[in-house]
Amino acid sequence: MSSTTTLAILVFDPWPWYVAGPAIGLFVPALLIVGNALFGVSSSLRHTCAAVFSGKIEYFRYDWRKVGLWNLLFVLGILVGGFLASHYGGPHNVAISEATKIDLAKLGIHDFLGLAPRELFHWSALLTFRGFVLIVVGGFLVGFGTAYAGGCTSGHAISGLADLQLPSVIAVVGFFAGGLIATHFILPLLR
Amino acid sequence: MPTNPKLIEPKPTEPNQPSQIPAQSAGALIAYLLLGVAFGVVLTKSEVLSWFRIQEMFRFQSPRMYEIIVSAIVVAAISVALIKGLGAKTITRQPIYIPPKKLGHGARYAVGGTIFGLGWALTGACPGPLFALVGNGVTVMAAAIVSALVGTWFYGVFRPRLPH
Repeated sequence: MSSTTTLAILVFDPWPWYVAGPAIGLFVPALLIVGNALFGVSSSLRHTCAAVFSGKIEYFRYDWRKVGLWNLLFVLGILVGGFLASHYGGPHNVAISEATKIDLAKLGIHDFLGLAPRELFHWSALLTFRGFVLIVVGGFLVGFGTAYAGGCTSGHAISGLADLQLPSVIAVVGFFAGGLIATHFILPLLR
Repeated sequence: MPTNPKLIEPKPTEPNQPSQIPAQSAGALIAYLLLGVAFGVVLTKSEVLSWFRIQEMFRFQSPRMYEIIVSAIVVAAISVALIKGLGAKTITRQPIYIPPKKLGHGARYAVGGTIFGLGWALTGACPGPLFALVGNGVTVMAAAIVSALVGTWFYGVFRPRLPH
């Protein structure tokens, strides 16, 4: 395979796991080497709260510019990166397994185009019970849970496990426990 | 003499206070922004931001997400071990330091982690992907981000009453 073909595949196709996984892992050393920044995304939510409506809440009373500006720029970059990938990377449909398609069809999901089911993730879906639970309640749980746990997939599952920290092991077990409960017990109630 | 990175008003009773101040020179800030752009691209091309992939993972119907997560951890762990073993420095010659997370009773990690897991499966996105999805044109995820900010704020309000 010529290198131009390889490049074209990387630009236009989804990456195989052995490219995607190591690429994600490399953000840990990259951020540390740039300036002792610890790879993690959920703290940006805290910094935003601290910047916008800290009130008299102690958790938000710190100098967010000093500790958090880097993280807010990193997150802004993520948004831009998503935009660039979607505009120059070709149309993106996700080739999930047939078994998953069958399971999702039982939940009433039949449109498998795009990154997320268009039947569920659009603005008017916010007015439906299911859309509200998935987007608004789900978002709330992401914010509350990551703040409580002190990290999300990046901070605990990647950074924390890479540094062999026990708290992160407990957190990641929790991530999967919660995900399995929501997938197998809550989603069927929402159809 | 290398010293640990400056601590911001260290309070032993407040494990939640941010404990580390990363380098934030203009050059470093540009680097974080560019790394963020790269991460947004990686989140998209790896498909880990896809609600479909998250469902497939929690239904154990493809090894893909597990292969990605495990290989990411392995690469990150080897990198961290190398950094520690070689005593590598930051670009500005500061010692690299990863603050340990305090275990406490462990309750915050188990309970908070489970609550996040519920949200992860419902939205199909953890915080990084929420932002990358908005960039990808799934703009309704902006509502999930606002909701996540409200959730974070509620945690701040109720934190004194929650077990940690």
